[in-house]
Amino acid sequence: MGLNFFDQFSSPSLLGIPLILIAMTFPALLLPSPDNRWITSRLSTLQLWFINLVTKQLMMPLDKKGHKWALILTSLMIFLLLINLLGLLPYTFTPTTQLSMNLALAFPLWLATILTGLRNQPSASLGHLLPEGTPTPLIPALILIETTSLLIRPLALGVRLTANLTAGHLLIQLISTATIALFSTMPAVSLLTLLVLFLLTVLEVAVAMIQAYVFVLLLSLYLQENI
Amino acid sequence: LPAAVLLKDTKLMDVKLGQLGSWLAMRDFTPGGILGAVRRGYNRYYNKYINVRKGGLGGLSMVLAGYVVLSYMWSYSHVKHERRRKYH
Repeated sequence: MGLNFFDQFSSPSLLGIPLILIAMTFPALLLPSPDNRWITSRLSTLQLWFINLVTKQLMMPLDKKGHKWALILTSLMIFLLLINLLGLLPYTFTPTTQLSMNLALAFPLWLATILTGLRNQPSASLGHLLPEGTPTPLIPALILIETTSLLIRPLALGVRLTANLTAGHLLIQLISTATIALFSTMPAVSLLTLLVLFLLTVLEVAVAMIQAYVFVLLLSLYLQENI
Repeated sequence: LPAAVLLKDTKLMDVKLGQLGSWLAMRDFTPGGILGAVRRGYNRYYNKYINVRKGGLGGLSMVLAGYVVLSYMWSYSHVKHERRRKYH
Protein backbone atom coordinates (compact mmCIF):
# COMPACT_ATOMS: atom_id res chain seq x y z
CA MET A 1 0.00 0.00 0.00
CA GLY A 2 1.58 3.26 -1.09
CA LEU A 3 1.77 6.44 0.91
CA ASN A 4 -1.69 7.83 1.30
CA PHE A 5 -1.74 11.58 1.74
CA PHE A 6 -5.16 11.51 3.33
CA ASP A 7 -4.01 9.47 6.29
CA GLN A 8 -3.25 12.60 8.22
CA PHE A 9 -6.95 13.35 8.45
CA SER A 10 -8.03 10.17 10.17
CA SER A 11 -8.06 10.59 13.90
CA PRO A 12 -5.52 8.23 15.46
CA SER A 13 -6.42 6.62 18.75
CA LEU A 14 -4.30 5.20 21.56
CA LEU A 15 -5.78 2.91 24.16
CA GLY A 16 -9.19 3.63 22.71
CA ILE A 17 -8.97 7.37 23.25
CA PRO A 18 -9.05 9.22 19.92
CA LEU A 19 -6.70 12.14 19.48
CA ILE A 20 -9.56 14.36 18.35
CA LEU A 21 -10.82 14.40 21.92
CA ILE A 22 -7.57 15.77 23.25
CA ALA A 23 -7.27 18.16 20.31
CA MET A 24 -10.67 19.67 21.05
CA THR A 25 -10.18 20.09 24.80
CA PHE A 26 -6.56 21.26 24.72
CA PRO A 27 -7.27 24.87 23.64
CA ALA A 28 -9.11 25.37 26.91
CA LEU A 29 -5.81 24.87 28.75
CA LEU A 30 -4.24 27.77 26.93
CA LEU A 31 -6.80 30.28 28.14
CA PRO A 32 -6.26 31.28 31.77
CA SER A 33 -9.30 32.41 33.70
CA PRO A 34 -8.72 36.03 34.69
CA ASP A 35 -8.51 36.47 38.45
CA ASN A 36 -9.42 39.53 40.42
CA ARG A 37 -6.18 41.43 40.10
CA TRP A 38 -5.59 44.93 38.91
CA ILE A 39 -2.53 43.97 36.87
CA THR A 40 -2.97 40.50 35.44
CA SER A 41 -0.28 38.28 34.00
CA ARG A 42 0.81 38.91 30.42
CA LEU A 43 -1.17 35.99 29.05
CA SER A 44 -4.31 37.14 30.84
CA THR A 45 -3.84 40.70 29.58
CA LEU A 46 -3.37 39.47 26.04
CA GLN A 47 -6.43 37.28 26.29
CA LEU A 48 -8.61 40.04 27.71
CA TRP A 49 -7.47 42.52 25.06
CA PHE A 50 -8.17 40.03 22.31
CA ILE A 51 -11.60 39.09 23.59
CA ASN A 52 -12.54 42.76 23.87
CA LEU A 53 -11.38 43.38 20.31
CA VAL A 54 -13.31 40.42 18.91
CA THR A 55 -16.49 41.17 20.83
CA LYS A 56 -16.55 44.83 19.85
CA GLN A 57 -15.93 43.99 16.23
CA LEU A 58 -18.65 41.36 16.09
CA MET A 59 -21.27 43.17 18.12
CA MET A 60 -21.04 46.60 16.53
CA PRO A 61 -23.50 45.97 13.68
CA LEU A 62 -25.99 44.20 15.94
CA ASP A 63 -28.60 45.99 18.02
CA LYS A 64 -29.26 45.34 21.68
CA LYS A 65 -31.22 42.11 21.17
CA GLY A 66 -28.32 40.64 19.26
CA HIS A 67 -25.95 41.18 22.16
CA LYS A 68 -27.34 38.05 23.77
CA TRP A 69 -25.29 36.19 21.19
CA ALA A 70 -22.03 37.81 22.27
CA LEU A 71 -20.86 34.95 24.44
CA ILE A 72 -21.44 32.15 21.98
CA LEU A 73 -20.05 34.01 18.98
CA THR A 74 -16.90 35.16 20.77
CA SER A 75 -16.21 31.76 22.28
CA LEU A 76 -16.81 30.11 18.92
CA MET A 77 -14.36 32.51 17.32
CA ILE A 78 -11.65 31.82 19.89
CA PHE A 79 -12.29 28.08 19.75
CA LEU A 80 -11.94 27.92 15.96
CA LEU A 81 -8.94 30.24 15.95
CA LEU A 82 -7.01 28.21 18.50
CA ILE A 83 -7.90 24.89 16.93
CA ASN A 84 -6.84 26.05 13.48
CA LEU A 85 -3.58 27.54 14.70
CA LEU A 86 -2.68 24.54 16.86
CA GLY A 87 -3.22 22.27 13.87
CA LEU A 88 -0.24 23.87 12.17
CA LEU A 89 2.17 22.45 14.74
CA PRO A 90 3.90 19.21 13.70
CA TYR A 91 2.10 15.95 14.34
CA THR A 92 -0.99 17.65 15.77
CA PHE A 93 -4.51 16.88 14.67
CA THR A 94 -6.91 19.56 13.45
CA PRO A 95 -10.49 18.71 14.34
CA THR A 96 -11.86 21.30 11.92
CA THR A 97 -10.67 19.25 8.97
CA GLN A 98 -13.51 16.88 9.77
CA LEU A 99 -16.65 17.89 7.91
CA SER A 100 -18.75 16.34 10.63
CA MET A 101 -17.50 18.76 13.23
CA ASN A 102 -17.90 21.85 11.05
CA LEU A 103 -21.41 20.95 10.01
CA ALA A 104 -22.23 20.23 13.64
CA LEU A 105 -21.14 23.76 14.46
CA ALA A 106 -22.71 25.48 11.48
CA PHE A 107 -26.11 23.82 11.25
CA PRO A 108 -27.51 24.49 14.74
CA LEU A 109 -26.27 28.07 14.84
CA TRP A 110 -27.68 28.89 11.41
CA LEU A 111 -30.97 27.22 12.29
CA ALA A 112 -31.10 29.26 15.48
CA THR A 113 -30.81 32.50 13.50
CA ILE A 114 -33.56 31.40 11.10
CA LEU A 115 -35.91 30.35 13.87
CA THR A 116 -35.27 33.58 15.79
CA GLY A 117 -36.19 35.54 12.70
CA LEU A 118 -39.28 33.49 11.94
CA ARG A 119 -40.51 33.71 15.49
CA ASN A 120 -39.97 37.39 16.23
CA GLN A 121 -40.53 39.01 12.87
CA PRO A 122 -41.92 36.42 10.46
CA SER A 123 -42.98 38.74 7.65
CA ALA A 124 -39.68 40.62 7.66
CA SER A 125 -37.72 37.37 7.64
CA LEU A 126 -39.72 36.00 4.76
CA GLY A 127 -39.44 39.38 3.07
CA HIS A 128 -35.69 38.92 2.81
CA LEU A 129 -36.40 36.27 0.22
CA LEU A 130 -37.33 38.94 -2.32
CA PRO A 131 -34.94 41.86 -2.89
CA GLU A 132 -36.55 45.25 -3.38
CA GLY A 133 -37.27 46.51 -6.85
CA THR A 134 -37.30 43.27 -8.76
CA PRO A 135 -39.34 43.31 -11.97
CA THR A 136 -42.61 41.40 -11.58
CA PRO A 137 -42.01 38.55 -14.07
CA LEU A 138 -38.82 37.62 -12.25
CA ILE A 139 -40.43 37.24 -8.83
CA PRO A 140 -41.19 33.47 -8.78
CA ALA A 141 -37.74 32.55 -10.05
CA LEU A 142 -36.04 34.88 -7.62
CA ILE A 143 -37.97 33.52 -4.66
CA LEU A 144 -36.81 30.02 -5.55
CA ILE A 145 -33.26 31.19 -5.95
CA GLU A 146 -33.24 33.08 -2.67
CA THR A 147 -34.75 30.10 -0.82
CA THR A 148 -32.06 27.82 -2.20
CA SER A 149 -29.43 30.34 -1.25
CA LEU A 150 -30.86 30.45 2.26
CA LEU A 151 -30.99 26.69 2.67
CA ILE A 152 -27.49 26.16 1.40
CA ARG A 153 -25.89 28.54 3.92
CA PRO A 154 -25.08 26.00 6.65
CA LEU A 155 -23.59 23.62 4.10
CA ALA A 156 -21.50 26.45 2.71
CA LEU A 157 -20.32 27.46 6.17
CA GLY A 158 -19.24 23.96 7.08
CA VAL A 159 -17.72 23.01 3.77
CA ARG A 160 -15.84 26.31 3.45
CA LEU A 161 -14.01 25.78 6.71
CA THR A 162 -13.31 22.11 6.02
CA ALA A 163 -12.12 22.63 2.48
CA ASN A 164 -9.82 25.52 3.29
CA LEU A 165 -8.08 23.77 6.12
CA THR A 166 -7.89 20.36 4.44
CA ALA A 167 -6.48 21.87 1.27
CA GLY A 168 -3.89 23.81 3.23
CA HIS A 169 -2.70 20.78 5.17
CA LEU A 170 -2.57 18.65 2.04
CA LEU A 171 -0.54 21.27 0.19
CA ILE A 172 1.94 21.49 3.03
CA GLN A 173 2.36 17.74 3.05
CA LEU A 174 2.72 17.50 -0.74
CA ILE A 175 5.26 20.29 -1.03
CA SER A 176 7.34 19.02 1.86
CA THR A 177 7.36 15.55 0.31
CA ALA A 178 8.49 17.10 -2.96
CA THR A 179 11.25 19.04 -1.21
CA ILE A 180 12.64 15.94 0.46
CA ALA A 181 12.38 13.85 -2.69
CA LEU A 182 14.12 16.48 -4.82
CA PHE A 183 16.93 17.05 -2.36
CA SER A 184 19.07 14.11 -3.46
CA THR A 185 18.88 14.82 -7.19
CA MET A 186 18.46 18.57 -7.69
CA PRO A 187 19.30 20.58 -4.56
CA ALA A 188 18.69 23.94 -6.23
CA VAL A 189 15.12 23.07 -7.17
CA SER A 190 14.70 21.65 -3.71
CA LEU A 191 15.71 24.98 -2.24
CA LEU A 192 13.14 26.73 -4.39
CA THR A 193 10.50 24.31 -3.19
CA LEU A 194 11.59 25.00 0.36
CA LEU A 195 10.98 28.70 -0.21
CA VAL A 196 7.51 27.87 -1.54
CA LEU A 197 6.92 25.77 1.56
CA PHE A 198 7.90 28.63 3.82
CA LEU A 199 5.56 31.04 2.04
CA LEU A 200 2.81 28.46 2.14
CA THR A 201 3.18 28.07 5.87
CA VAL A 202 2.82 31.80 6.34
CA LEU A 203 -0.29 31.65 4.16
CA GLU A 204 -1.66 28.79 6.22
CA VAL A 205 -1.30 30.76 9.42
CA ALA A 206 -3.22 33.59 7.83
CA VAL A 207 -5.87 31.26 6.43
CA ALA A 208 -6.33 29.63 9.80
CA MET A 209 -7.14 32.96 11.38
CA ILE A 210 -9.20 34.27 8.50
CA GLN A 211 -11.39 31.21 8.16
CA ALA A 212 -12.31 31.28 11.83
CA TYR A 213 -13.21 34.94 11.51
CA VAL A 214 -15.23 34.43 8.34
CA PHE A 215 -17.25 31.65 9.91
CA VAL A 216 -18.28 33.74 12.86
CA LEU A 217 -18.75 36.90 10.81
CA LEU A 218 -21.15 35.23 8.43
CA LEU A 219 -23.11 33.85 11.33
CA SER A 220 -23.40 37.32 12.80
CA LEU A 221 -24.54 38.61 9.43
CA TYR A 222 -27.25 36.00 9.24
CA LEU A 223 -28.20 37.03 12.73
CA GLN A 224 -28.42 40.69 11.75
CA GLU A 225 -30.95 39.92 9.09
CA ASN A 226 -33.13 37.96 11.42
CA ILE A 227 -32.96 39.52 14.85
CA LEU B 1 15.99 17.23 67.46
CA PRO B 2 13.44 17.70 64.64
CA ALA B 3 10.54 15.28 64.74
CA ALA B 4 10.69 12.59 62.05
CA VAL B 5 8.45 13.42 59.11
CA LEU B 6 5.76 10.87 58.39
CA LEU B 7 6.26 8.92 55.16
CA LYS B 8 2.86 10.12 54.08
CA ASP B 9 3.95 13.74 54.03
CA THR B 10 7.35 13.47 52.36
CA LYS B 11 7.76 14.82 48.88
CA LEU B 12 8.73 12.46 46.08
CA MET B 13 12.28 13.75 45.86
CA ASP B 14 12.88 12.99 49.56
CA VAL B 15 11.57 9.42 49.51
CA LYS B 16 14.28 6.79 49.75
CA LEU B 17 14.28 4.11 47.05
CA GLY B 18 13.39 1.35 49.48
CA GLN B 19 10.38 3.30 50.75
CA LEU B 20 9.09 4.00 47.25
CA GLY B 21 6.68 1.06 47.18
CA SER B 22 5.04 1.93 50.49
CA TRP B 23 4.95 5.62 49.55
CA LEU B 24 3.10 4.83 46.34
CA ALA B 25 0.68 2.60 48.21
CA MET B 26 -0.22 5.47 50.52
CA ARG B 27 -1.11 7.90 47.69
CA ASP B 28 -4.72 8.69 46.91
CA PHE B 29 -5.72 7.01 43.65
CA THR B 30 -9.44 7.68 43.84
CA PRO B 31 -10.88 9.82 41.01
CA GLY B 32 -11.14 12.73 43.44
CA GLY B 33 -7.53 12.23 44.42
CA ILE B 34 -6.33 12.09 40.83
CA LEU B 35 -8.30 15.22 40.02
CA GLY B 36 -6.69 16.93 43.00
CA ALA B 37 -3.25 15.91 41.81
CA VAL B 38 -3.94 17.24 38.31
CA ARG B 39 -5.23 20.49 39.74
CA ARG B 40 -2.15 20.86 41.98
CA GLY B 41 0.17 20.17 39.06
CA TYR B 42 -1.64 22.70 36.90
CA ASN B 43 -1.52 25.32 39.62
CA ARG B 44 2.20 24.72 40.19
CA TYR B 45 2.99 25.18 36.52
CA TYR B 46 0.63 28.13 36.14
CA ASN B 47 1.92 30.02 39.14
CA LYS B 48 5.54 29.40 38.31
CA TYR B 49 5.56 30.28 34.61
CA ILE B 50 2.43 32.12 33.55
CA ASN B 51 0.93 33.96 36.48
CA VAL B 52 3.97 36.21 36.88
CA ARG B 53 4.26 39.87 36.10
CA LYS B 54 6.73 39.53 33.25
CA GLY B 55 5.96 36.09 31.88
CA GLY B 56 7.88 35.20 28.79
CA LEU B 57 7.37 33.08 25.73
CA GLY B 58 8.85 30.03 27.44
CA GLY B 59 5.85 29.31 29.62
CA LEU B 60 3.53 28.93 26.66
CA SER B 61 6.12 27.22 24.44
CA MET B 62 6.70 24.45 26.94
CA VAL B 63 3.00 23.63 26.91
CA LEU B 64 2.92 23.62 23.12
CA ALA B 65 6.03 21.46 22.91
CA GLY B 66 4.45 19.02 25.34
CA TYR B 67 1.33 18.99 23.16
CA VAL B 68 3.41 18.20 20.06
CA VAL B 69 5.15 15.35 21.88
CA LEU B 70 1.80 14.02 23.09
CA SER B 71 0.37 14.11 19.57
CA TYR B 72 3.43 12.31 18.26
CA MET B 73 2.98 9.57 20.84
CA TRP B 74 -0.69 9.27 19.99
CA SER B 75 -0.14 8.97 16.26
CA TYR B 76 3.04 6.89 16.34
CA SER B 77 1.46 3.82 14.79
CA HIS B 78 0.35 5.99 11.87
CA VAL B 79 3.57 7.92 11.54
CA LYS B 80 5.99 4.98 11.55
CA HIS B 81 4.87 4.09 8.02
CA GLU B 82 6.03 7.47 6.77
CA ARG B 83 9.71 6.94 7.49
CA ARG B 84 12.19 7.51 4.69
CA ARG B 85 12.96 4.05 3.34
CA LYS B 86 14.01 2.68 0.00
CA TYR B 87 11.13 0.22 -0.23
CA HIS B 88 7.90 0.96 1.60
